[in-house]
Amino acid sequence: MTATTADAPPPAPPPRKRRGVELSLLVCAVLISVFGYISVGLGKNHTLPPDAAGYGAGLGALALLAHIVVRLRAPYADPLLLPIAILLNGLGLVLIYRLDLETPNDRAAPTQLIWSTLGAALFIAVVAFLRDHRVLQRYAYLSVATALGLLIVPIFFPAVNGAKIWIRFGGFSIQPGEFAKVLLAVFFAAYLAANRNALAHTGRRLWRLQLPTGRVLGPLVAIWALSVLVLVLERDLGTSLLFFGLFVIMLYVATGRTGWIAVGLLLAAVGAFAVGSLEPHVHSRVEDWLDPFASIDAGRGPGQLAQSLFAFAAGGMLGTGLGLGRSILIGFAAKSDFILATAGEELGLVGLTAIFLLYALLVARGFRTGLSLRDPFGRLLAIGLSSILGLQVFVIAGGVMGLIPLTGMAMPFLAQGGSSVVTNWVMVALLIRLSDSARRPRPEEDAR
Amino acid sequence: MTRYIRRTAAFFLLLLAALLVNSARIQVLDADSLDHNQGNRRDTVSRYSQQRGPILVGGKPVTGSRDTGQQLRYERTYRQGPLYAPVTGYASQTYGTTLLENAEDSVLSGTDPMLAPFPFWNDITRGRSPGGKVATTIKAPMQRAGYEGLAGRRGAVVAIEPFSGRILALVSSPSYDPGLISGTGTEVTDAWTRLNGEAAQPMLNRAIRQTYPPGSAFKIVTAAAALDAGTVTDVEAPTDIAEPYVLPGTRTTLPNEAEGCDRASLEYAIRWSCNTVMAGLGVETGLSAMVKSAEKFGFNDSGIRIPSGVAASNFDTRMSDDQLALSSIGQFDTRATPLQMAMVASAVANGGELKYPFLVDRTLASDGDTLARTGERTYRRAMNPLTANRLRQMMIGVVEDGTGANAAIDGATVGGKTGTAQHGVSNSGTPYAWFIAWAQAGDSGRPAVAVAVVVEDAEADRADISGGGDAAPIARAVMEAALDG
Repeated sequence: MTATTADAPPPAPPPRKRRGVELSLLVCAVLISVFGYISVGLGKNHTLPPDAAGYGAGLGALALLAHIVVRLRAPYADPLLLPIAILLNGLGLVLIYRLDLETPNDRAAPTQLIWSTLGAALFIAVVAFLRDHRVLQRYAYLSVATALGLLIVPIFFPAVNGAKIWIRFGGFSIQPGEFAKVLLAVFFAAYLAANRNALAHTGRRLWRLQLPTGRVLGPLVAIWALSVLVLVLERDLGTSLLFFGLFVIMLYVATGRTGWIAVGLLLAAVGAFAVGSLEPHVHSRVEDWLDPFASIDAGRGPGQLAQSLFAFAAGGMLGTGLGLGRSILIGFAAKSDFILATAGEELGLVGLTAIFLLYALLVARGFRTGLSLRDPFGRLLAIGLSSILGLQVFVIAGGVMGLIPLTGMAMPFLAQGGSSVVTNWVMVALLIRLSDSARRPRPEEDAR
Repeated sequence: MTRYIRRTAAFFLLLLAALLVNSARIQVLDADSLDHNQGNRRDTVSRYSQQRGPILVGGKPVTGSRDTGQQLRYERTYRQGPLYAPVTGYASQTYGTTLLENAEDSVLSGTDPMLAPFPFWNDITRGRSPGGKVATTIKAPMQRAGYEGLAGRRGAVVAIEPFSGRILALVSSPSYDPGLISGTGTEVTDAWTRLNGEAAQPMLNRAIRQTYPPGSAFKIVTAAAALDAGTVTDVEAPTDIAEPYVLPGTRTTLPNEAEGCDRASLEYAIRWSCNTVMAGLGVETGLSAMVKSAEKFGFNDSGIRIPSGVAASNFDTRMSDDQLALSSIGQFDTRATPLQMAMVASAVANGGELKYPFLVDRTLASDGDTLARTGERTYRRAMNPLTANRLRQMMIGVVEDGTGANAAIDGATVGGKTGTAQHGVSNSGTPYAWFIAWAQAGDSGRPAVAVAVVVEDAEADRADISGGGDAAPIARAVMEAALDG
């Protein structure tokens, strides 16, 4: 024993970038996706899909470009985020391609590939040009204004399948609400970071609840209420539920007031009950959730939820194998809202668990990033973005599996839907940027 | 803030757990009940996602498959549908399956575990093997001879190979094309409604599912019972049954169509179909011996499967003597399927040993490997060999010089028995014409075929209906086809 180890902290190990790990994981992700693509062709037609090489090359090129830009611009970023996103996106393309084979007149995979490319391009742009996430804090009010604008626009477009959440032009349709959720997360994070002390410690005390002053809380509640109201008007209940959850979680993380959660849950319960019993569109979904087989007993054949449950059950433990399931029986939403049922049927409980764990890992890495960051805005933004992903997965997966009433939402990266996949890529880009800041050695440590 | 982030993370962990538990619940615990929910079309869709295996007659398929490109992809087609409908039944996407299509469904649809090279592997992958083949015992020329012999009249023909029990022909007429109801849609439902509504009941399988009063054809059973019980020891000796014969305990006299029946011998009574002698012999033999004998031929057995279920033929077990007298000549409540009467002829031809009738020779995998072969087995010893020999001689007499002369075939030994069964309220219905027979080639040691024919021709003049006139020529055509083959 020598005396040199006295009181000085041990020198920090040199920070590790782990870009090599990311690259090898990306190779695995692309290989798994290509294998799935080939498996669909073999299972369905007993032939290799003619465009398997093209698909593999395309996905590989996206992955490689994204990796290069991360390596150059965010070298300390979490090495798991990008591979998980590529794997989920690749898997989504495989599932959509697989379902396309059942509906030769309605092919969605090529469009989805274009949107995925656009999403990856936005990812690259965000990682390349957003050098510091704190810049976003300055645009909080611009963000919220844009978000509200995007939410309101679809009111002027016709409803599709009961929900007025689309803007259609030319051959494309986009769902502005998808983009709005990122912008809203930015606003919430910025506002709460700036006012968290005022929210937590000022104002009057009412029983065990610390009421903040209206001046601080007012704008927040107003914006939140407005967005939820608009979504209810548009009958986009999934997204309104998502915004509600996002609001409560971010408020809780910022202030640490459990009372807010209680109030939030109470409000949510009242709102859900009111909407569930008054709105016919939602009411039918609640009834469907309570008894998915009612329409069978009534002689009208199985509804979507019953078909979805049948699909999951048909998969069992190991699944039927890609291309060998019958989830197309679910009907028109099989490629979008119900794509998880195809995963459940053809990949089984094992595959479904793997997918859930991929999402969980993505969310967990986001939370890890939030914990490691020092600035409140960055922390709140990381938690907000991860929560959006986590809530969305739970709400849609719980919906198609009959755990909670069904609300139309897109499974991140997996489901058909351009706006959704683009938004998810932007969110992953922001998480990459945040994790890069979180893991980057601090200047004072460099100086030592 | 760190603490709250950790708590939020824990909340998400809880959500993850809920999802995992719920998916395990659906995919493992509830999977079975969901798989079998009546609204779940997966079984149906995968059932029709591949071609159904063929049913073979003489090694050639009599069924086919059509790719509809619909969700229920492959639809059954039938070659010569009406001819083979009583054998194949139908396999309909709308109305299910019947007869062989039903009895051998697991082989044809590919679900039979025997079809999988490694059954356990198929369980894991939930795969379905290609449909197997079902080779029938039917001989195409005989089937055709029976079908053409009936020429659209209502009736049935069944031919059996006596020493094995193979069913060589199974004809029901009028028939229908099962292909009409193979698929789905209004055409199919319309065809179904029309077929079910027809007065002639084309979808009724008269050969195995319809029972008729067997009339005088039943006298073979009565004779076997009388000989086995010792009521008659010398078939050529006169009996003590006088004409007219008054039904015991009544004042009703039984008429004879034939002449010379007064105290006639058993041999004469069979040859010319004397009602009085046979009714009297039945009563003398007694109820229990008669029931025992009838049941040895297969009467009152509802468990006969060929492999499709065969309607039970009936011989009452509790009767007064006058009823027994009528039953002994195939009237009263006595009823028999055409298959049952073919079994009666077959038992006589085979020296008294009745073989279990069967329609499926063997099942094969799609690549031609045999999965299972139906073994020959004895149903029962229906009578003593000596009795059988005497009955053979008497049946030969019917054809050589009796009511069944129309069935004679050059160069072959043919034995037969006619029947004309009264039925309906006070026998007002058009009688059924029966003929049961067997034939043995001149150079062969054993009979090649036993056959039963019934014709229920509503349009014919009543007087023309007779087993010898209407049914015997059809039986002869079928037997000729058997001897040629």
